[in-house]
Amino acid sequence: MEHFIFGRLGWDDIAIFDVFRDPTVSNIVGSSAGWLAVIGGVVVAALLLIKGWWRPLLFEWLNTTDHKKIGIMYIVVGLVMFARGVAEGVVMRTQYVTAFEGGYLTADHFSELFSTHGTIMIFFALMPFLIGFMNLLVPLMIGARDVAFPRLNQISLGFTIVGAMLLMVSLVIGKFATGGWTGYPPYTGVAFQPGTGPDYWIWSLGLSGIGSLLTGLNFAVTIYKMRCPGMTYLRMPIFVWTALCTSILLIFALPPLTAVVIMQALDRYLDFHFFTNDLGGNMMNFANLFWMFGHPEVYILILPAFGLYSEFTAIFAGKRIYGYTSLVIATMAIAVLSFTVWLHHFFTMGQSPTINVAFGIATMLIAIPTGVKVYVWIATLWGGRIRMRTPIIYLAGFILFFAVGGYTGILLANPTINFTVHNSQFVVAHFHNVLLPGTLFAVLASIYVWFPKFFGFRLDERWSATTAWLFIIGFTFAFMPLYMVGLMGLPRRSPAFDDPSYIPYMIVTMGGALCVFAALCTLIGTFVVSAKRREELAVPGGDPWDGRTLEWATPSPVPEWNFAFLPEVKCQDAFAVEKAQGSAYKIEREDFEDIELAPKSWIGLTIIVFGTLLGFAMVFWIWWLAVLSALALLAHAIGLGFVRDEGEIIPADVVERTERDWIAAARQGQGTDRTDEVSARNRGFSARITEA
Amino acid sequence: MTTSTSHLQSHPGLNLGAAHGQAHADAEPVVFGFWIFLMSDLVTFAMFFAVYATSLQATAGGPGNADIVDVTSIALQTGALLVSSLLFGIATVAMKHGSAARTVIFWLIASLAFGLCFLGLEVRDFIDAADKGAVPMRSGYLSAFWALVGLHGLHVAVGSVMILVVCTQIAFFGLASDVKTRVLRLGLYWHFLDIIWIGIFSVVFLPGLLT
Ligand code: HEM
Ligand SMILES: [Cu+2]
Repeated sequence: MEHFIFGRLGWDDIAIFDVFRDPTVSNIVGSSAGWLAVIGGVVVAALLLIKGWWRPLLFEWLNTTDHKKIGIMYIVVGLVMFARGVAEGVVMRTQYVTAFEGGYLTADHFSELFSTHGTIMIFFALMPFLIGFMNLLVPLMIGARDVAFPRLNQISLGFTIVGAMLLMVSLVIGKFATGGWTGYPPYTGVAFQPGTGPDYWIWSLGLSGIGSLLTGLNFAVTIYKMRCPGMTYLRMPIFVWTALCTSILLIFALPPLTAVVIMQALDRYLDFHFFTNDLGGNMMNFANLFWMFGHPEVYILILPAFGLYSEFTAIFAGKRIYGYTSLVIATMAIAVLSFTVWLHHFFTMGQSPTINVAFGIATMLIAIPTGVKVYVWIATLWGGRIRMRTPIIYLAGFILFFAVGGYTGILLANPTINFTVHNSQFVVAHFHNVLLPGTLFAVLASIYVWFPKFFGFRLDERWSATTAWLFIIGFTFAFMPLYMVGLMGLPRRSPAFDDPSYIPYMIVTMGGALCVFAALCTLIGTFVVSAKRREELAVPGGDPWDGRTLEWATPSPVPEWNFAFLPEVKCQDAFAVEKAQGSAYKIEREDFEDIELAPKSWIGLTIIVFGTLLGFAMVFWIWWLAVLSALALLAHAIGLGFVRDEGEIIPADVVERTERDWIAAARQGQGTDRTDEVSARNRGFSARITEA
Repeated sequence: MTTSTSHLQSHPGLNLGAAHGQAHADAEPVVFGFWIFLMSDLVTFAMFFAVYATSLQATAGGPGNADIVDVTSIALQTGALLVSSLLFGIATVAMKHGSAARTVIFWLIASLAFGLCFLGLEVRDFIDAADKGAVPMRSGYLSAFWALVGLHGLHVAVGSVMILVVCTQIAFFGLASDVKTRVLRLGLYWHFLDIIWIGIFSVVFLPGLLT
């Protein structure tokens, strides 16, 4: 009976009590993390109740289908998970400092750490960041009121949160996998890991993968079908192009992940033999399928970041992007090529040299379009009037370090070199080198750039710049030494080593990790300080940086309906051109109309609750709960086909008033000079209005 | 959807509304999105096909394909599935030509009936295979076989439920244009499963029959 109710969940699984059962250092660290999660959860819940914030949370955020709020929620989820990921990084680097003496964590605990760290950073920090920005920016940039399927968008977010929740739960109840974010069997099969770990991996990736797939679908349709009149393909901002390529990648690259996760689940739950050692299982199928997803995934992580860099480089260089068409072609080329290189992740696993060479060459080909991009950014800066704001600091770090990351990537693409450095810290250095300066810096810089757009005030310049420098310095010290250590022979994912010559490097990287941690703290500080000074930093005009694309042609925060009239564009960078011609901020039409917004929906919350329960129940074999949750999800999904609710109507006079107030303010000549843009004089009106 | 009208050509067979205008415009992203979903689903199937193809030798001394394929049953299943698709097509044509909701429901249910025949036969085959010891736990080959064929079967099962749902919606709302596009999408899905089945037939069953 107890078995029926609780499945294989027992008291021993409550990981936060480990510390009382057996107070080793490793358990103290592990349980503290669990307690932190619990206390954090309780504090948040208490705040929601006491301050009454649950009401707006429920009725303004969780049931909204507004792409802007959904985007913000994605980024908040990303930030929370990112904080945990960084903390785990620091703990792992501490382990490496003591690893000569065997380290203070157990080998299993260390393995769990790099597994959750990798999974979190990729699926629940960087992806939500980028998908968040796609949500925030794509509809505005193409002049649409929302994405094609607002409710589906909420569903996607729901599934992403489910995955993140499962990872948080694994901190408190049971253990996460020890097989790395790639989860290679047979090590993650039942024979070696009968516990809950790989099942957590399966369900968090599997369920959040549904969300990502639907996001790809949604944005592909949005970009193909919802562009405003005049927004031809070659007038779309570069970020929209990269979002389109990312969507295509999501659509085609997620299915291999789905397939591999299903097969792994069948192996673990029903004793199938896809990837087992015995009875005809073949783990090479896992490697192939996983990386058929995994390699495009790294481009899912980098392409939108490239798009963000392109947008704000143009803004802060004060000129239009150089070589637009070549950038578009390069983006498409990368998207296509990214499906032809997956094998470079396992050059050493026994296929013939000919195959290795083919994939090695394909990999090196990708360097060409990527190189094109780097030149395009440099050429955009060239001859521009560059303002050294925070985003340009990140950009400088990016151009410098991404080049290094790219070169080491080319080294790794050479199968002969790969044989000597694969599975070493060299690889750890390489992928952090491309992911941090590549994606993370882009995201942090973009938070600075677009924060004022959606919250109505800028971020404090001093704090932001300090954060940028800390991230850059921290990154340098935390990861550059790893190239050396890798070449000296230290394997990755290794909890201990026996060569004292690694120790000095480990101390340096530890320092770097602490510096990154400090950067995380100042990042949070930036938000706090800026929120306190928000009157001073307010930019109701909506265009604090002299932006170029359509999203800047709206007040800040952006009204729920985005545009009073759907824009009509005649060229690239339409808003910049209008401002230059003095034709911005005009009311050309009088026929204001009611605007219908997408109806609110609770399906996202249903998914969060029952999806998490479903995942949890499957991990712990609580079949009745799994069935009930699945039925609840199904019932809600089917029920949706029967409701035909009307969206909220924004009356024409509200639309008109908002639009007129904003334009009147803009015309009062509060325009800022660019040299002044970080002072309190910047109210978000960049245009020099020429009375024509 | 007041956006660009240049995309408005497709779904000629649907007869969505009097002037087609708004209804067609509304259908555009939904149907396009569904095509994308099908493309993605096709890739999922491709992965299962690929794993199947690499597992042909992985029988671990257990039963192989030739031991479990029953020609008559496969022929009947193929027939049932194709007839079901045909009936779905008739339902769509009935809808286009303004037949009563009842007629459309009738053809949909007929289509469902043949779909269920297919499923019944397939389940029977699976049970037979299991009786012969050809369970998926037996070998890598059988895992791949059950997963691939089963995945298709699962899709048919989901489609069957959706036919029921759509019939209920027709009963509730009549042939409103959003219901019509649902029928259209379900039809795409239903025909798509035929194509997958042809793939399974040629890759899985034909070689088994020939040996
Ligand atoms: C704050 C800074 C970070 C630190 C200190 C850090 C540290 C580490 C360490 C020590 C490892 C384990 C290496 C080993 O197994 O030997 C690791 C692995 C990894 N990190 Fe980070 N990391 C940081 C940020 C990131 C970010 C932003 C990403 C973004 C995607 C990331 C992605 C990964 C991945 C994918 C792995 C591999 C996990 C695996 O082996 O399965 N890390 N990191
Ligand atoms: Cu790769």
